[in-house]
Amino acid sequence: MSDATANGQAMTSGELAGEEARRREVRNRWLLATPALVIIFFAALGPLAIMLVYSFLEKGNYGGVIWEFSTDGWFGVFLKQDIFDDTIGFADAHLSIFWRSIKLSLMTTVITLAIGFPTAYFIATQPAKWRPVWLFLVTIPFWTNLLIRTFAIMEVIRNEGVINSIFIAIGLIEQPIQMLYTDFAILLGMAYVYLPLMVLPLYAAMERLDFRLVEAGYDLYANRWQVLRRIVIPLVKPGIIAGSILVFVPSLGAYVTPRVLGGGRNMMLGNLIELQFGQGRNWPLGAALSITLLVIVMVALLFYVRNASKGGVQSHG
Amino acid sequence: MADTATARRPFSIKRQTGFGFIAACCFVMLYAPILILVLYSFNAGTSIAIWEGFSWRWYEAAWQNQRVIDASITSLKIATAAALIATGAATLAALATTRTRPYRGMTAIYAAINQPLMVPEIVTAVALLIFFAIIKIHTGYQGLGYLIAAHTAFCIPFAYLPIRARLENMDLSLERAAADLYASPWQTFRHVTLPLMAPGIMAGAMLAFVISLDDVVITEFVKSGGQDTLPTYMLGQLRRVITPEINAISTVFLAISIAVVTVFFLLNRKGGKT
Repeated sequence: MSDATANGQAMTSGELAGEEARRREVRNRWLLATPALVIIFFAALGPLAIMLVYSFLEKGNYGGVIWEFSTDGWFGVFLKQDIFDDTIGFADAHLSIFWRSIKLSLMTTVITLAIGFPTAYFIATQPAKWRPVWLFLVTIPFWTNLLIRTFAIMEVIRNEGVINSIFIAIGLIEQPIQMLYTDFAILLGMAYVYLPLMVLPLYAAMERLDFRLVEAGYDLYANRWQVLRRIVIPLVKPGIIAGSILVFVPSLGAYVTPRVLGGGRNMMLGNLIELQFGQGRNWPLGAALSITLLVIVMVALLFYVRNASKGGVQSHG
Repeated sequence: MADTATARRPFSIKRQTGFGFIAACCFVMLYAPILILVLYSFNAGTSIAIWEGFSWRWYEAAWQNQRVIDASITSLKIATAAALIATGAATLAALATTRTRPYRGMTAIYAAINQPLMVPEIVTAVALLIFFAIIKIHTGYQGLGYLIAAHTAFCIPFAYLPIRARLENMDLSLERAAADLYASPWQTFRHVTLPLMAPGIMAGAMLAFVISLDDVVITEFVKSGGQDTLPTYMLGQLRRVITPEINAISTVFLAISIAVVTVFFLLNRKGGKT
């Protein structure tokens, strides 16, 4: 709202002072943005470009690269060549890690949505006075260290952890169930650490929900399930998409959670990438894998932007 | 609870069966593991699973552990430097991208500033590893500068967002009044705009500080030998036999994060009201 007045203001003064003043203003604004842009260019954006170059180089024997053009790095993302008979086949190990990453990320998204949706709805229907308190309770875990939260989950599901101790104490099981270092552990950990990322955008959408529409639904003899499915969910769809993207994207690139809870054997993409820069000593392959991950994430974000802008048009029109 | 009980008799349009229960589970799930972690930091025994009575011994152990002290100092150095530089750059960038009609390149600036939020951390980490390896070979510099630069870059968007939000909600009439009273643009900025922006800048700096303090992935890839921060030190320890010392360090860490975030929220609420 204040945005609109600010724009109007700038427009009239711009027209009065003429093109020259306008040009000077734009230059000043670029100057103001320069420090931030320089830092981001040198410590975030630029290195990505260098990594792209590295993905097309020959790998060095002890890590690093040899400055010769090669597509071996990209070749190795999905394919492999047999060392004895030179036949080309799919790199099964890589494919299974890609598949595990996508599968676990999708499952994490579904689980957090299943828990986060009712929670956000619950908060949005609380008395206005209490909503910030509930919201604050969701936000605190979000701002606390991800490693510490992963470690907390580790303590709960260890063989000597709380869950197994309780189950043994009440006689449900005799031997502890191995939960740590399994796909289940990674899934539980990711759902736990990314849950706030689902609740927050869902709540933002539900807070604006017009409950008169819900009332109209009941007046027309809809039951609770029909109201939820036909009225509430379509109205908060932008929040559902935003939350899903916010959970899916970091899950796909997760590194700490699978490293701590997956225990080395159950790798995800992030760990596969690290491996190429550590023991694997194959920097071009690592660079190519990183760019592949980046492309998948960008596609997901584009999907989100297109949907979000559609939602925006709807709400304005 | 009383709320749902009374809501059952007169028909409540807002109620959905089972949602309150799932929400309760959600909050238990969010806090139970953290509370267990905190509880065992006070364990008298060496196990993080068997309770043997209350003691402060692990806090004392952590306090006397030279590696923990060094890592904490490194963490604080990096977080302070990164938060200060990032907040400065973000403040200027926020001034550059608000309260104007869209100009050529404004969307590009906005996208560039938010870029660290969109790229997965592991990808940035690996890209920085490559880039800094090149610089290290050519200059021989091994210091904390790399970590500070990397942290500053990903802290900028976090510092930028609250400052921008503050600027967008600001009343322009005060600045116009200052200009009417013959204040120069600099005087207007110094005595009107900057004090009005201050809560946003404070909030941005605190977020940047917490984000830098929490970082594991980028630090793990960029650090040289002997540059462990507290999170990377802890990550290394998780591979060994774990004692409640890690719980004690985690608890202190949690307390600091929660304190900073609480102050941030109070600042933001006050800022919203005035």
